[in-house]
Amino acid sequence: MFIDWQAFRLTIELALIVSAILLVTGVPLAYWIAFSRWRWKFLVEALVALPIVLPPTVLGFYVLVALGSRSPLGRWWQSLTGHTLAFTFSGLVLGSILYSLPFAVQPFAASFSSVDRKLLSVSATLGVSPARTFFRVTVPLSMPGLITGVVLTFAHTMGEFGVVLMVGGNIPGVTRTVSISIYDQVQVSDYASANGMALLLLAFCFATLAIVYGLNRRTHGQKLWSVGPLK
Amino acid sequence: MTKRLSAIGLVVVLLCSLQVSIPLCQAADREINVAAAADLSAALQEVAANYEKQSAVKVKLSFGASGALTQQIQNGAPFDVFFSADMDYPRQLIAAGQAESQSLCRYAVGRLVLWVPKDSTLDVEHKGIEVLLDPSVKKIAIGNPQHAPYGRAAAAALKHYGLSEKVSDKLVLGENIAQAAQFVESGNAQVGFVALAHATAPSMQGKGKYWVVPADAYPPLDQGVVIISAAPHKQDAAAFLEYVKTGDFAAVLKRYGFSLPEQK
Repeated sequence: MFIDWQAFRLTIELALIVSAILLVTGVPLAYWIAFSRWRWKFLVEALVALPIVLPPTVLGFYVLVALGSRSPLGRWWQSLTGHTLAFTFSGLVLGSILYSLPFAVQPFAASFSSVDRKLLSVSATLGVSPARTFFRVTVPLSMPGLITGVVLTFAHTMGEFGVVLMVGGNIPGVTRTVSISIYDQVQVSDYASANGMALLLLAFCFATLAIVYGLNRRTHGQKLWSVGPLK
Repeated sequence: MTKRLSAIGLVVVLLCSLQVSIPLCQAADREINVAAAADLSAALQEVAANYEKQSAVKVKLSFGASGALTQQIQNGAPFDVFFSADMDYPRQLIAAGQAESQSLCRYAVGRLVLWVPKDSTLDVEHKGIEVLLDPSVKKIAIGNPQHAPYGRAAAAALKHYGLSEKVSDKLVLGENIAQAAQFVESGNAQVGFVALAHATAPSMQGKGKYWVVPADAYPPLDQGVVIISAAPHKQDAAAFLEYVKTGDFAAVLKRYGFSLPEQK
């Protein structure tokens, strides 16, 4: 039985990086979705939700073709870095960001929307800037949604297959993720290894999710992230 | 009361419509489900069209990697006939009791080529394998040697020319030979080992230049076809296999770059 540890390291790395990037970029987008009153906001919301229904192979296909050396965008990238996005870790990161976008932004936006607006008004009347209000009031109150978004993104990226298959090129140590490795092993009927790796992946993801949801639950009637009086 | 009645009524209507549609499906034409290796995409579509005209049997084609298709068949995929890109996968199915050993037949011999897009600066037609060492070549696409027959052939060819170590860090692996071709077509890989069938397909005419890798550089790509033991349409499948052995079939495959077993 052969366990591809390199693939595991690579996949976890990919999931962590994508989760971090989506946290940083998803929060402003989610904030806008939650608080904006623009009449065409629904179009942006539909766009954000698109990757949920779009097959991952379509996303991978567009990263491959629309960002390849035949497109202006691809040629620009190539002039910067010397190669196209396909077959690189960065290509996987980009594909995964697009693929997991709704899994981050939707929970973020939902939890921002559920914050009692009266509290934000109170904060403003006390002379606190919007930015400080965001960090001192909105974020602590939306913590469950923020955590859910990050965890979903992480778990979703761990299991990604379609995008990686289309655009990765199956290079060991660079783009061969666990899901691709398992697929390879099945194709050569190495069921022992495929089974071993699949179980490991399952156990790891379950443990991660259980820890995070465990921390997120209410204990003794109080959430672990309960908000005390504003200091 | 009325709400419950209308709910029950709706369910009854749905069930009735199901009853109506099921008999309609059963009254459909005769058909066979054919699983085929990716390199046969263009050729088999033409074969299917010809066969349908002369036999009233519809040929439904599913293309993919020979390895993936073998796995699906082993797990009960309802195919009638399997065209592999090698002889090993059909033999694997026969050994597992999932394909009929008497039906195994070598229907074609595949050829490997080195392919570049038309606007490439690489002169593959004259320089052949040497283009792999050109500094502008950053990525070389091949099928996955672990499980794709054309990938195995490409790896063998690289070894034959002593280039395996030199280009190993430039290789990108397609899940099947069609994906390897797609990597080169989209410009993401500068050159690739693809099937001659792919390079000469009508949709690829004029889009690229290629060099046929000499047959002595890799083990012959004998491609075999079998009837699946659990085939739902065995009789029609057997009839189709008889057609595969005829000159009509051979003529189409020859046009798509395959050699026929007799004339190697």
